[in-house]
Parts: sequence; C-alpha cells; structure tokens
Amino acid sequence: MNTFMASSFGPALPEIILAIGVLVLVLVGAFMGNRSNWIIGTASFALLAAALLAVGLTPPTRTTIFAGSFISDDFARYMKALVLLGSAAAIALSSDFMEREGFARFEYPILILLSTIGMMMMISANDLIALYLGLELQSLAAYVIAAIHRDNVRSSEAGLKYFVLGALSSGMLLYGASLVYGFTGTVSFPGIASSLQGEASIGLILGLVFLSAGVAFKLAAAPFHMWTPDVYEGAPTPVTAFFASAPKAAAMAMAVRLFIGGFPSITESWQQIIVFVSILSMVIGAFAAIGQTNVKRLMAYSSIGNVGYALIGLATGTQAGVQGIIIYMAIYLAMTLGTFALIIGMRRGNQYVETIADLSGAAQTHPWRAFCLAMMMFSLAGIPPLAGFFSKFYIFAAAIQTGQMMLVVLAVIGVLTSVVGAFYYIRVVKIMYFDEPKPGFEKLPDGAQAVLIACSVVVVFFWLIPSPLVDSAAHAARSLFH
Amino acid sequence: MSFTDILWTVGIAALKSVGLLVCLLVYIAFALYADRKVWAAVQMRRGPNVVGPWGLLQSFADLTKFFFKEPIIPASANKGVFLLAPFIFATLSLAAWAVIPLAEGWAIADLNVGVLYIFAISSLGIYGVIMGGWASNSKYPFLGALRSTAQMVSYEVSIGFVIVTVLMCAGSLNLTKIVESQNQYGIFGWYWLWLFPMFVVFFISALAETNRPPFDLPEAESELVAGYMVEYSSTPFLLFMLGEYVAIMLMCAMGTILFLGGWLPPVPYAPFTWVPGVVWFVLKASLFFFMISMVKAFVPRYRYDQLMRLGWKVFLPISLVMVILVATVLKVTDLAPKSPEPPPAPVATKAVIQ
Amino acid sequence: MTALFFYLFSTVAVASAFMVIAARNPVHSVLYLILAFVNAAGLFILLGAEFLAMLLVVVYVGAVAVLFLFVVMMLDVDFAELRQGFLQYLPIGGLIGLIFLVELVLVVSTWSISPDALQVPLASNAPLEGITNTEAIGRVLYTRYAYFFQAAGLILLVAMIGAIVLTLRERAGVKRQDISAQNARDPKEVLTLHDVPSRKGLPESVS
Repeated sequence: MNTFMASSFGPALPEIILAIGVLVLVLVGAFMGNRSNWIIGTASFALLAAALLAVGLTPPTRTTIFAGSFISDDFARYMKALVLLGSAAAIALSSDFMEREGFARFEYPILILLSTIGMMMMISANDLIALYLGLELQSLAAYVIAAIHRDNVRSSEAGLKYFVLGALSSGMLLYGASLVYGFTGTVSFPGIASSLQGEASIGLILGLVFLSAGVAFKLAAAPFHMWTPDVYEGAPTPVTAFFASAPKAAAMAMAVRLFIGGFPSITESWQQIIVFVSILSMVIGAFAAIGQTNVKRLMAYSSIGNVGYALIGLATGTQAGVQGIIIYMAIYLAMTLGTFALIIGMRRGNQYVETIADLSGAAQTHPWRAFCLAMMMFSLAGIPPLAGFFSKFYIFAAAIQTGQMMLVVLAVIGVLTSVVGAFYYIRVVKIMYFDEPKPGFEKLPDGAQAVLIACSVVVVFFWLIPSPLVDSAAHAARSLFH
Repeated sequence: MSFTDILWTVGIAALKSVGLLVCLLVYIAFALYADRKVWAAVQMRRGPNVVGPWGLLQSFADLTKFFFKEPIIPASANKGVFLLAPFIFATLSLAAWAVIPLAEGWAIADLNVGVLYIFAISSLGIYGVIMGGWASNSKYPFLGALRSTAQMVSYEVSIGFVIVTVLMCAGSLNLTKIVESQNQYGIFGWYWLWLFPMFVVFFISALAETNRPPFDLPEAESELVAGYMVEYSSTPFLLFMLGEYVAIMLMCAMGTILFLGGWLPPVPYAPFTWVPGVVWFVLKASLFFFMISMVKAFVPRYRYDQLMRLGWKVFLPISLVMVILVATVLKVTDLAPKSPEPPPAPVATKAVIQ
Repeated sequence: MTALFFYLFSTVAVASAFMVIAARNPVHSVLYLILAFVNAAGLFILLGAEFLAMLLVVVYVGAVAVLFLFVVMMLDVDFAELRQGFLQYLPIGGLIGLIFLVELVLVVSTWSISPDALQVPLASNAPLEGITNTEAIGRVLYTRYAYFFQAAGLILLVAMIGAIVLTLRERAGVKRQDISAQNARDPKEVLTLHDVPSRKGLPESVS
C-alpha cells in the first residue's frame, strides 16, 4: 500500500499540526484544569500560526491525497489562510470576555481549534464523505461553544436551537448526498462531474436540491436562516463573532467546490437554486434588519444579507465569480470581526450591553471607537472608497460580465437591497454621532483592540494597495478551473 | 439444496442444540450446588446437605419448587414486557453458547466472528434486566435495573478491549482459531501468561458483567431487596436465575477459550494428550467458576461510585494502554499473525448496475 | 432458504419500524426500535457481512439503544401532552409529507442511472478469495479510508469534550473519596497505640 506513506501527507500538514496540537492541549487541560487557561490560549495561537505557516509552505500545485478525498490547491490554501486568521481573531476577541463573565474554560480555544480543523477539511474536501465529516466536525464543535456559557439560559437556548436545526440540516445534506451517490455511483467530485456529461435525471436534481438546502443552512442563507438571529443573540459575543466569520468563509468555500467541482456540466440546474437563495437572503437581510434593536441580531441579519451577495458570485459559476467570492469573504471577515471587536467593547457598569440605543452619543465619549465603527458600517453599506465597496463591486461585475439576463437582474436586486441595507447601517452611525451621549464604556480589552486595529486598517486602506488580495484571489480562482 | 437436505441440516443443528442444552443445564445445577458449598465452607457452615446424598440434588429440588409455584404478576405491571423480560434474558444467555467450541470441532456454529457474536449477545442480555425492572412498575426493581444497565455497559467496554488484545495475538475472530493459536509450549503458551494484566481485568470485568459479588449492586439485597427481580416469582424468577448462571458459565467458557487454552492439555505430551479435549475444557471452566465463587465468599460488596471508578478510571486506561503495548510489541518483534495471502492489488472494474 | 429469511427479517424490520412511531408507550417504541435494529443485523448476515451485523448489534443495540431506553424510562414522557399540538401542525406537516411522497414517487418512477455513471471505474467490492469480511474491511479502513477514520475519531472527540464541558460540574462542599490519598496514608503517622491502664484511662496529653 504505497498510498499510505508518511511522505504523502504533506498537503494535509496544517490539519495534522492542528490535530496533534489539539490532542496535546486536551491532555494539558485535563490534568491542569482551568489553571492552564493562559497556556492553552497562547498555545492555540502558536498552533494556528504554525498551521498558517504550513499552509504557506504547501506547494501551490493541485495535489490530491488519501486516494483523492483530500485536495490541496491554491483555492484551498487561500481559504484556509482566511479561516485560520478568522479563528485566531475569534480567540483573541474572547481573551478577557470569558474571565469577566465568569465562565473561563480551557476547552473553549480547544473547541475553536477543532472547529477550525473541520473547516479546513471542508475546504479541502474532494468527495461527499470528506465534505460531510468536515462539516460535522465544524458544526459539532460550534454547537458546544454556542452553549458554553451553560449557566446562562440564552446561551443554552442558542446551543440547543443550533444543534437541533443543525442536525436537521445535516440530515438533509446526507439525504441529498445519498441520492447523488445513488444516481452517479460515486461520491468523489471529479467522479460525479465526469458521470454527468448528459442530461441530469430528476433524482439527481432532487439530491442536488437537498445538498443545497444543507449547504444553505450552514451558510445561514435564506430560507434556512431562521436559527441565525437567535443563535447570534444568545451565544456569548466572542462566540457570535466566531460564527459570523471563519465558518462562513469555510462553508462558502465548500459550496464553491461542491457546485463548481462536482456539478460543472449541469450549471443551469443549480444556478436557479443559488439565484433563488441569493435573492431571498439579500431581501430578508435588508428588510428584516431594519426593525432590530439589538446589535447582535442586527449583525445576524447583516450576515444573512452578505451571504446573499457572495452567492451571486457562485451563481455565475465563472472564474470571475469565484474570484469575487474570495475577495468578498476576505473583506467580509475583516468587517465582521472589526464590528464585533467593538461590540465586545460595549461594557458599562460591569455588564455587557448590546442594544443599538446603548451606542448613542458614543462619538463624544469614545471618538476613536465611534470612528472605527462608523467606518465598518459605511463599509458594510458599500460606500466607496472603503473595502466593502470593492467586495460588492467584484461580485456585481462578475455577474454582469456573464451577460445572462437572470444574473444581471440578480446584480440589480443586489444593488437595490444594498441601498436598503445602507439605511440601517447608517442609522447606527447617526445614533452614535447625533444622539444624546450616555455614560462611557470600559476600556477595550487588548485582544479586541488588536483585532480592531488590524481590521480597521484592512477596511479603510484596502483601496490603496488592493493588488495582493485581488491577485492572489485570481490565482486561487484559476486553480478551480484548471 | 433440496428440501429434505435443509430439513436434515436443521434437524442435526436442533439435536446438537438440545444435547448441549441438557448437558449445560445439568452442569449448571451442580455448579449452583458447588457455589453454595464453597460459600458455606468459607463461612464454616455445611451448606445444602439434606436433599439427596450430601445435598447433591438440592438444585433439582429448587427447580421443582419454582416450577410448581404460582406466578404472580403485579397489578400495575406492564404485563407483556414483564413476562417477556425473563424469557429474553434466559434465551439470550443460552443463545451465546451456540458458538462455544467445547473441543476441537465441537461447536454448533463455528462462526468467523464468534467472539463478536458472544460479545453482541451478552450485551443484549441487558435488555432482560432493564425490561424486567421497568415493567415491574416499582421503585426497587427500577433502581436495580438502572444500576445493572450502567454497570454492564461500563464493563463491556473493558471486556471489549481485553478481547481486542487477544484477537491481535490470535489474528482471528474465530473461537476455534483463537484456541489453536495458543497451541504451543503447553500451559505456558496460553494467553493468561502473555497477557496476564488483561486476564486479571477480564476476570474482574466478568464478575461485574454478570452481576456477581462483589459487584452485585443490581441485586444488593440489603438495599434493594432483590433488585430487578423483586416482583418476580415462580418460573419467571427461575428463568432469571437460570439466565444469570448460564451467563456466568459463559464467562467461564470465554475465559477458558481466551486465556486458558480451551480444550488444549496443559502439557502437550502423553498421557495428557490422551484425555479428550472436552474434559480439559470442563476442568478449566470449573476452575474459573471456582475462582468466581471464592470471590463471592470473601470480598465485600463495592459501593456504586467505586464500581464506576474502577470500570472507567482504572480498567479502561489499563486496557487501552495494553492494546497499544501489545500492538507495538507484536509489530516490533514481528510476531503478529500473518494474513493468509498478500493483499491483491485493487482491481479497477466497471460498476455493474442494472 | 435465503429468500425465506430475507422476507422474514425485512417484514419484521418494517413492521417494527412502523410500530416505533405507532406505539403509544415511548418505552415500547424504543423496544420496537431495537427489534428493527436486530432485524437489520439479520439482513446484513444474509448479505454475508457478518462483521457489520455484529457491530450493529454491539454498538446500536448494546450501547446506543440502552442509553435511549435509559433516558426514555427516566424522563417519563407524557405522550398525551406531546400530542396536543398535533392537530395544529397537521396541515403543514401533512403538506411536507405530501411533497416528500411526490418526490419519492418521482425519483422511483424515473429510477435510472445516468449512462455515464456506469463508465466510472470503481474499486472492486467483490469478496476476495480466502479472506474473511472482517479482514477485508480492515484492509480498506486503515488504508483507503484512513482519512475518514481519523476524521470520525476527531468528531467523537468533540462529542466527548462537549459532553464534559456542558454537563460536568465540580460542586464545592462535596466529600469525594480520594483512593490514592487513602492508599498513601501511612499507619505510622495517623495511628498511635497506647496501653491503657485499667481504671486510669488515657493520659490527658493523648486524648
């Protein structure tokens, strides 16, 4: 069995580093208990950095290992780097939060790391089994960290809701996968692609619908978004920041690889599904957010809307579309993490506050923080020259380039809903700058400050040097269309 | 295969089963007697000594008594499940005997996965207990059933790992092959010596798995009267008792096969080789049973948390470490049993689907 | 003969699966579920996959279903109460059920493998000569499917960590037996022997 040699594991090195590291950390935690919190926190940063380095060292060529189940290419490298950065930011954001709220557990960073392994497996998945296993690893860890503040009713509720609905969606995904397997006779994406040269049968289309439903749930795209606001609101804020960032990027990468890698010859069939999901997500994200008073719920609807925009890129099914998605997810990650760093800073009178009204007059008490949040909001609304404008620009441009009527209409709907979205984003800015000031917040924790600075720099100065991101995204997208 | 052939095969199997069943039940009747005698001897009593010479027929007297008493079903019991439970318990304990090779070729069914079959069937035995406890609709039986379930599930884990170590050495799941793999160096070639820690773990886990003292918490007469059997009387009770002893004997047989070389003679030379294998098997199983009944006589009952600690925090790590250790040693010394032939290269064929 | 057993096992399996949802008593439901599992194991045996059959019994029936039964027995679920909302959700539930039925009919009626699928080379799954199916599974599980095997291991690790994180509580003020501490106690340090003179009692300094 020459396929089972240690030397052939190279492309999976980042995952292997994380997995072995996690096992060691679990042992350390099990023997030292919560005294080991800082060791494990620091070590998980080191592990993520090591994994990032390993991702960087992976050859950019397209390689498959484990008999074709695991694929490593430019796209995977790029998305993995994104996911690793997102996870590191999530751990940084939670550094002080857990102690202050009194539920510091050494398992938290470990679960984030395990979830990260799952995300990386999703990104590298080249067949349906690997996809499902990665997805399940990612989600199972996420269910647990949603409920990690177990003495808090809302956190427990969030965990339970997420778990029950997540299990349902996993079931749908598996059902779809089994139909696809039944009608094509293989689970590997290239195998499926090569077996679908002719007309797709109705059973296969049904399988595809179920697969899309499962994927849409993980992406929190409408009409499978109903868990998002409750889970985002109930889970502790750093956990919400995590949910809104890295897993989204991973799920999007998974969707891209699944649809473009597995079903390239029946694009029209899945295009309709994606267009429908995309429109619904954008509309719901825009209109349902208007009435929200809680910042975390607002961000939940914002994330639903953002997924809708990113899905436009997938609907095109072209290289430019994928490039748009990659750029979109990178910038979305920066905007979301930056916003959540500021939400974590909303602590007053020894407790965390999270309504939009609590921000009123923040511009006078905390001018810098208010400025950063304003930049994030303008960027989310897509106002040039901030990064958010470019992310939307690449997506819409890709859709219009195809020249298909449906996609052009989709892009127009996207522009219209982002105008609606601008209303509630800018309302936050208005509340901060023009309303009566409330008592100031406490000092921003160091971790959150670091994340905030990094994200703000990306968001505000992206237009100065866009080329590294755009070029590498182009490379990554090209690797999918070899 | 013609119909008569099928009938012939089934008939032979049925005859074999009945033969085994009769021998087993008679053996168990005397094992029960021996159990009580050993217990009595340790406590310096005389034990059963009235029915028959030296009380030898005591078990048969008990059997007759249970048989002719009136079965009482509590008014609030879930009748169907209540009556089903003892039958399931007894039937499953007996069913596991189908694969036990009493001597070379003396097994009703020589399955490829014999060990797994026994493991599976004995894990099903829990249902008799839990159904009985639940269907009685009464507090003590229910507590007894819950305890018993948790206990059996816990110790099954370590038994599973013990079996895995033996399998790694033997290279087969077939019980006959496991015995044959010990056919070297006589008594020193059996696995009790090579896997001594596992033998100890197996012995203690077997006690817990069959609810024998010192792990008889499901019954714990001082706390729960008779555990899950409180509400049973007459024949259903008899079936529970019978099932319990059959399960104990099964564990003895398993211990004999896995660790004491089954039907192999302790010294592989004449005159020991003249003795039929089944005699050795019964002797070894009886020795195992003697150890079990001695434990009952002089070890006090465990507390429940101690029992769980022993299962999960002591046996599980020990057996896990042993699995790794045995695997490493087998790999390093190249003693691992070889597969019959090198693996053929995977052949790429076209999927054939109509 | 095989056909007879196939129909026996499959009929009982389907019937007991139906009873799982039809039984009024939840404990009966679980018992029927177990029956269904056992019959599924029987079907595996008919397929010649005796290893899988045994594992199904050991894992599902012997461990998973026991815990199910455990929980169902202790929860004391009141089904009458659970069914109160039944009528309220019947229309939407029925609609979804109908959609699934229509889809199923569509799928079954057009059941045909795409011709290209037949061209996909598959690894041989024919039984290898002289190898038991336990060994056959072992040969692919730790080579071809090692990645999935490890991934499944990680998932189970997460499940374990999750269960501990969410439920383990270290309550203060509870006396726990520390067996290693007990064993480490030295009689010389904790025990002193005194000869007690008659009618005198122990001297003050000792008692």
